[in-house]
Amino acid sequence: MSNTPVATGAPRELIDPLTTRAAHSDFAVRLRANSEYVVIPLLALIIAAGLFAVFLMAIGKSPVDFVSYVWRGGFGTAFSFQNTLQRSAPLILTALAVAIPARIGLIMIGGEGALVLGGFAAGALAIPMIGHAPPMVALVLMALFAMIVGGFWVGFSGFLRYARGVNETISSLLLTYIGIAIMNFFVEGALRDLSNPNKPSTMPIGDAYMVGKIPGTQVHWGFAFGLALCVALYFLMARTTFGFAARVTGGNSRAALAQGLPVGRLIVACSAIAGACAGLAGFFEVAAIQGRANASLAAGYGFTGILVSFLARHNPLVIPPVAILLGGLVASGGLIQRRMELPDATVLVLQGFIFVVLLTSETLYGRFAIFRSTKERDRT
Amino acid sequence: MSVTEFSRRGLLKTAALGVAGATLNLGAVKRTFAAADLTVGIVYVGARDDFGWNQAHAVAIKSLKEVPGVKVVEEENVPETDAVSKSMESMINLDGAGLILATSFGYYTPFVVDLAKKYPDVQFRHAAPLWSQDKDPKNAGSYFGYLNQAHYVDGVAAGLCTKKNKIGFVAAKPIASVLSNINSVLLGARSTNPNATVQVIFTGDWSMPVREAEAANALVDAGCDVITCHVDGPKVVIETAEKRGVMSCGHNASQVPLAPKGFITGAEYKWITIYKGYASDLAEGKSLPNFLTGGYEVDFVQNTPFGAAATEPAQKAALAAIEGLKAKKPIYVGPLKDNKTGKVVIDKTYGNLDPFLDKMDYLLEGVVGSTT
Repeated sequence: MSNTPVATGAPRELIDPLTTRAAHSDFAVRLRANSEYVVIPLLALIIAAGLFAVFLMAIGKSPVDFVSYVWRGGFGTAFSFQNTLQRSAPLILTALAVAIPARIGLIMIGGEGALVLGGFAAGALAIPMIGHAPPMVALVLMALFAMIVGGFWVGFSGFLRYARGVNETISSLLLTYIGIAIMNFFVEGALRDLSNPNKPSTMPIGDAYMVGKIPGTQVHWGFAFGLALCVALYFLMARTTFGFAARVTGGNSRAALAQGLPVGRLIVACSAIAGACAGLAGFFEVAAIQGRANASLAAGYGFTGILVSFLARHNPLVIPPVAILLGGLVASGGLIQRRMELPDATVLVLQGFIFVVLLTSETLYGRFAIFRSTKERDRT
Repeated sequence: MSVTEFSRRGLLKTAALGVAGATLNLGAVKRTFAAADLTVGIVYVGARDDFGWNQAHAVAIKSLKEVPGVKVVEEENVPETDAVSKSMESMINLDGAGLILATSFGYYTPFVVDLAKKYPDVQFRHAAPLWSQDKDPKNAGSYFGYLNQAHYVDGVAAGLCTKKNKIGFVAAKPIASVLSNINSVLLGARSTNPNATVQVIFTGDWSMPVREAEAANALVDAGCDVITCHVDGPKVVIETAEKRGVMSCGHNASQVPLAPKGFITGAEYKWITIYKGYASDLAEGKSLPNFLTGGYEVDFVQNTPFGAAATEPAQKAALAAIEGLKAKKPIYVGPLKDNKTGKVVIDKTYGNLDPFLDKMDYLLEGVVGSTT
């Protein structure tokens, strides 16, 4: 790639007959085309970092310190990195809840509601099972129930979109608030654990029923499940007829209908998968962290997941590294507050810069000749 | 060192004495801090400048920072999720914190309890009376202040300032600590003004700025000319009262800057007493108390320095009331009836820290409003 002339592709074509280079060039062309998706986001990150450095200097703080604390607080030690991974676990799942509907052309932002209701469903289902069902059985049932409830919640938005033409972004957002209200209604009412007077919660599920850590780490199993789901859903969307049909629908739903694709079912299915991912995140919040369902479930993971998914360009395989990057920023945010005496909002400023610059960088795709194959360039 | 230490404490004390008018208690002041460094980590659930709960802690932490040999690391806006356990753990692992102060209710179970088990050499203290001797680790503990004593003083002053004999109270949730504050305002006001009543509106949650403003407005419309509150951030209530041209009493932290005209005084925690006690105990190698709670008698609460609306007699009565509380003069002098059925709910006189009062689920006769 490096020895390929950039500006003058045509003469090279004359020197090297296509036939002898076929195998090599196919790979080179794909590498070239795909590297665009790596180089541009990296460039955007660098620009955002530069802007943020200017911001830091303007308030009289050292950008070098900042970088070293992000490294130390988010990645540099075994503790820091596990802290980062743990924080990224719910983000991976809630990002999937945005990425999968995005593939079928929906901007679904209801992950928070599905997470809260999924977590609540898991916590509520646990109550009659504590002390009766074996932990493994109880946990599997809780996880399934959380996914079903989450799937139903976002799936309902998808159904409204298809059946009634209701804007899915608005309906999923509003359903989030309804979901949180439903959880609060039960947690502060019928399902409240009265031994905990000041913080309304469901009954604690107890240590025996908690999901443990991945052996040898401080990270709970939600992270591993998130990674596995990312790979599985990537294959579902990229390598199966279901995924193909979903992407066709996302490209042009009228054309998909004309082709006889079951557009309605595809939309509801993609939405339900999304909700199930967020519901699973809620299950892990209850079963691996809180040990009970309460208002702390609505911690904003569902909303941060939107950011992660957009940054990953809705590609399930890119979600984990982006989630880890954001998790690391949040994890190091504490150290930055403590050591540099900066307010908590500093990290949000950086996130804001990254988000804006990355979204702006979308317009750069296809503008650099270097990423196009020589043949394409000849045609243009 | 002990000399500078003494004078700084003296200064602090004097500042508090502007209100309290107590004498220096030399026995309690004599604290020596060893050169050995102690790092204290503190986590807040909201912003440090919220004019409320978090600010009360942050103000104390600011003066704890001046204690030689004590380093403080702070983290604000930490949600009640595993984020808080990671923040505390990060303070232990990366900053070497030996004492963790967790200041929000929801931090305790499971986060503080689990971490205390994981790090037996680190001390954890949580700002709510939740620690249980039987269940919880010995390196964890609770601290809390009986803020109702300072609310009682608010009531004493407000009773003399009010012209319409109606005090308005914006409250978050009808739980025992809130109800005790409302009842204490009433009893304080009745002690100086037998005709005083307290009208209460519950907003339903700890932080509902819009409803708090509505409630404050409604109370002013109902004829209250002094407004006070028990919500997380009293900023909105105090500002609304000031805008409506009525007087106000504060809660949690100092709201003097918010009401230059109408402020009387306010009920504040004095966490610094507890925090400095912890620091000196650790410096001296003593074990920390697991459960610390109290009011004026142990200097855990205070009243905000008087604002512009506090009249001369009100100031005098308030200072006298503070002296009384320091001498453990009881607030709940029975028998007292509730405001719903007229039934006697407090059969006799109870001490200010009596556990019987922690189970309060009623409003006293003289309070207008209902817990349900």
